[in-house]
Amino acid sequence: MTAAVQEALELDKVESHLHPEGSFDVEAHEVPKGREEIWRFTPLKRLKGIHDSAPFADGATKVEVEAAAGVTVETVAADADVRGTSGLVPTDRVSARAWAASTGATVVRVPTDTVVEGATIIRHQGTGSETAGAGHAVIVAEKFAKATVVLVFEGSAVVADNIEIVVEDGADLTVVSVQDWADDAVHLSTQHAKVGRDATLKHVSVSFGGDVVRHDFSAEYAGPGGSVESLGLYFADEGQHIEHRLFVDHTAPKTKSNVVYKGALQGEKAHAVWIGNVLIRKEAEGIETYEENRNLILTDGAWADSVPNLEIETGEIEGAGHASAIGRFDDEQLFYLQSRGISETEAKRLVVHGFFNDLIRHIGVPELEEKLTSTVEAELAKNINTLITKDNA
Amino acid sequence: MSTLEIKDLQVSVETEDGPKEILKGVTLTINSGETHAIMGPNGSGKSTLAYSIAGHPKYSITGGTVTLDGEDVLEMSVDERAKAGLFLAMQYPVEVPGVSVANFLRTAKTALDGEAPKLRTWVKDVNGAMNKMHLDPSFSQRSVNEGFSGGEKKRHEIAQLDILDPAFALLDEIDSGLDIDALKVVSDGINDFRAREAKSVLLITHYTRILRYVKPDRVHVFVAGRIAESGGPELAEELEANGYEKYTTAGV
Ligand SMILES: Nc1ncnc2c1ncn2[C@@H]1O[C@H](COP(=O)(O)OP(=O)(O)OP(=O)(O)O)[C@@H](O)[C@H]1O
Ligand SMILES: [Mg+2]
Repeated sequence: MTAAVQEALELDKVESHLHPEGSFDVEAHEVPKGREEIWRFTPLKRLKGIHDSAPFADGATKVEVEAAAGVTVETVAADADVRGTSGLVPTDRVSARAWAASTGATVVRVPTDTVVEGATIIRHQGTGSETAGAGHAVIVAEKFAKATVVLVFEGSAVVADNIEIVVEDGADLTVVSVQDWADDAVHLSTQHAKVGRDATLKHVSVSFGGDVVRHDFSAEYAGPGGSVESLGLYFADEGQHIEHRLFVDHTAPKTKSNVVYKGALQGEKAHAVWIGNVLIRKEAEGIETYEENRNLILTDGAWADSVPNLEIETGEIEGAGHASAIGRFDDEQLFYLQSRGISETEAKRLVVHGFFNDLIRHIGVPELEEKLTSTVEAELAKNINTLITKDNA
Repeated sequence: MSTLEIKDLQVSVETEDGPKEILKGVTLTINSGETHAIMGPNGSGKSTLAYSIAGHPKYSITGGTVTLDGEDVLEMSVDERAKAGLFLAMQYPVEVPGVSVANFLRTAKTALDGEAPKLRTWVKDVNGAMNKMHLDPSFSQRSVNEGFSGGEKKRHEIAQLDILDPAFALLDEIDSGLDIDALKVVSDGINDFRAREAKSVLLITHYTRILRYVKPDRVHVFVAGRIAESGGPELAEELEANGYEKYTTAGV
């Protein structure tokens, strides 16, 4: 064991710039300038001031709820006790501002022992991007409950929100957040989960539309045996900035995490950022973690940043690994397909579908599968001209 | 009809030290309905010949011509060559993650025929071809070549030959990595194909083993980027007995 690890073992509190101490006090978070570690990839100029002092107002999105039988969805006041039960403490100014500004919260609750058929869908329809909205939601799966909750974001809007996820002991919850925004939307979302003893959370982030979409998802464990699967799928188009920051905090022994994010990028200045942080604390013995991010660059002018980061404070673990890749089309794959008569454009389509297919199947929400496949199709159709022009170049 | 004419074909690849010439003038005519075998030592350029005919972007044609029934093959894109009737079974078939064999075959068949295959007969045809190659029908649902064993990949190539039914098959070391049972299965597949009307085959191999099951009309010895000698099936037997030594020492 190295001296550095030895020293870290002596500390109860973890000092790391990647996951700083949070605060509910907005003024405790300085206005970001862009050089800060957590902001260095984000185009602040395009955030419509929500990282600074732009006012928030109600009504930025219209919310429609389709609750599956057995699930309750209600709106509570901002001072309701349920807020904060996930352990979310804002670690940046946008999250702190959204926390302070939100005038209520949507609470989705799956009662103890309830196994729910079908998905509960909460649809946020943007009403325009003139005024910014601050959102708050708490999703609670009580002990041994099993359910799927899908958040859908569509239309034009500027939104900062905090989404709390509480998975109590033995519960099995799937939360999917689909960002299918219009081209001008700005969405900064902070999503935090507390995963109970032997509980399972599958968290899925899907980002297609929007001008700037930044999602920070973090998870901590309230007891041993918990498992988090964090999946992401994104498709960044011309000019789009899509950023995902993941942080899995292994706070308990025998816990598991598996993070897989895949994205395709096409068009001038399409930019994807993926930061995958995993912290294995001293007490988190016997854990298993794996994180992976793959980017497929479809055209020139698009670029991706991918940074996996693993901090280990105990050597007593089952396994820890990560993989990160940014690649273009594989000539051998395209040649193989084309040698069977498939055109270059069609071959590229097949490869992109293939790239996402496993992941889409893994999401395991039948209501979404077809929609995701067809959205990938629509995204490809948008740029099929670029792909063809490139073929002939 | 499918007569493939290769005339004085010269091919090079880009290397760190600049272009390297691999094919140094290959001339070969394969008439409709004929099977030719090309045999040669490792590194002699056999795969280069196959890939160049199929249009792999890695190879640059620096001289010569390739025509199929008089049509200039070298002018065609890779998929156009397939549509013109060429099929290449690869020495190392490529894995395409997430794309199912079923989807791949249907897309290819649709592209080749210009219309989607009739649903009713299609599934039967695919299952039949898989069966003949001793591949479980469940292979249709797996990703193309992903996790297939070496032998399964080769059998999958021949199943494609059966289903896509080209006029001209280039088979690059289809026999390598096959045990004797699989070799027979694959040979039966090739012979079934040859039994169809006017099908031509260029069989590239390192060993004479497969030629016991797939009888060639002509045999060519390929050495250092050229055809060193051509003959009838008896040439294969001579190679079996004496190896390539005579050519490699004299030729290089
Ligand atoms: N990118 C490259 N850079 C340098 N040399 C190359 C490159 N690609 C091919 N070659 C060389 O070209 C020659 C011919 O290769 P090819 O694969 O055609 O041989 P082959 O006859 O098919 O051999 P084998 O029996 O091993 O399959 C070899 O010497 C090989 O090393
Ligand atoms: Mg070879």
